[in-house]
Amino acid sequence: MTNNMHRCAVCQTNRAQVIRPKNGQKICKSCFLEVFELEVHTTIVENNIFPTRGERVAIGASGGKDSTVLAATLKTLNERYDYGVEFVLLSIDEGIHGYRDDSLETVKRNAIQYEMELCIVGYDSLYGWTMDKVVEKVGRKGNCTYCGVFRRQALDRGAKQLNISHILTGHNADDIAETVLMNFLRGDLPRLGRCAEVMTASPTSTMRRSKPLKYAYEKEIVLYAHYRELDYFSTECVYSPEAFRGNARSLLKELEKIRPSSVLDIVRSGEQLVHDTTGPIRLSCEETKDLRPVGSGQIGDIRPMGVKRHSPVTVPQTAQEIPHQPADGSRVQAIGVCGKCGYMSSQPICKACVLVESLNRSNAPVEVSFAGDQALH
Amino acid sequence: MSTDTIPIKVELAGGLELLFDNEKTLNVDLPAKTEAGDAPNINYLVDYLCVHRMKDTRREMFEINGTVRAGILVLINDADWELEGEGEYELQPKDTILFVSTLHGG
Repeated sequence: MTNNMHRCAVCQTNRAQVIRPKNGQKICKSCFLEVFELEVHTTIVENNIFPTRGERVAIGASGGKDSTVLAATLKTLNERYDYGVEFVLLSIDEGIHGYRDDSLETVKRNAIQYEMELCIVGYDSLYGWTMDKVVEKVGRKGNCTYCGVFRRQALDRGAKQLNISHILTGHNADDIAETVLMNFLRGDLPRLGRCAEVMTASPTSTMRRSKPLKYAYEKEIVLYAHYRELDYFSTECVYSPEAFRGNARSLLKELEKIRPSSVLDIVRSGEQLVHDTTGPIRLSCEETKDLRPVGSGQIGDIRPMGVKRHSPVTVPQTAQEIPHQPADGSRVQAIGVCGKCGYMSSQPICKACVLVESLNRSNAPVEVSFAGDQALH
Repeated sequence: MSTDTIPIKVELAGGLELLFDNEKTLNVDLPAKTEAGDAPNINYLVDYLCVHRMKDTRREMFEINGTVRAGILVLINDADWELEGEGEYELQPKDTILFVSTLHGG
């Protein structure tokens, strides 16, 4: 069918079907599957992602390609290399009709296919609000802020309900490169370094988060899912997508076209930059703009944590001026605990509680209580 | 022989099927020669699909600058199109071309 057949660079036998984005190697389907799994295994071993045998570990599962590939790969690897850990699928139901309800059906099938326990936690039970109801109330502008803030806590809260202290997410190299780019463009150096870490933990709790697919290209994930015929769900959220991420993503895809190694190079840049954020850190322009008196503006991003409330008028110029600064200088946020729900927060009341309060103002109050932990990005 | 067609199978995945009325498989008979007299290649197929088969008006979700938009993976008979000359690959009868979007949420 094709004029110029390439042989697999690994087995030298089969027809090459894949070009590896990170090195241009032409390999066959079965060698690709093997190499992909081996690289995820290497990430796990080198970073000691599963230090304790017998540990129960949650996989954040959306039914999409990344988390489905993560669950499938980990099941394979756990059997092959005997990590001795038990995986539980943990899904968040944002309450978005026509989007999440369909993808949750996929997760339910995955739970059977991979013989894993499944736990679904809903925004409605955690916060008293589904995203459909949030959109009904606030409209389609700014609704993603609510979803983002709620989601950061929801996985942790779900894991706590399961008595689990380690969450794996399906973030791939492209996701991380996008986030590195976004944080770079925003001048958000503390996040820039953290978003590239393979494992994150908070000083205030024992919850860990890991990204075993951190070095896997999105392209490889899609190919892996295709060749293994994995059952995954793909659709866009029915509400507005993240515009800024969309642009970062388009830029990344264009860069990848010209130079496929760009994706991993950006991930590596993020990793390196984390070591360089030891000096005083200036807040970005965006954060400066965001420093309006409390209650005077619309709800923006969750940053700058610990700044708005303490100094609504003057802009802190260096990390040292911000209270509760950790000695390593790696983050400007001051980390404490929300007085209302006990979740990690830099302000007396965490962002989720603030948002829930604002939603409830004309509704019956909703109790939000669950000790939680730190967000990922 | 100029009215000959090339029968090929097109598969859509990763959310792209939504642009084609949720059809995951399309049987397409491409003209054996394009208007310019060339053999039809992948880029021609992309345009052909936009004109003749796409039900959605958002052509830019599929095609940009005469080829598939970046972030859509193309497999020619289950092999990465980069191995086959990408958009320039000349379609052969009974080829299976898979378009899969990597752009949708995971």
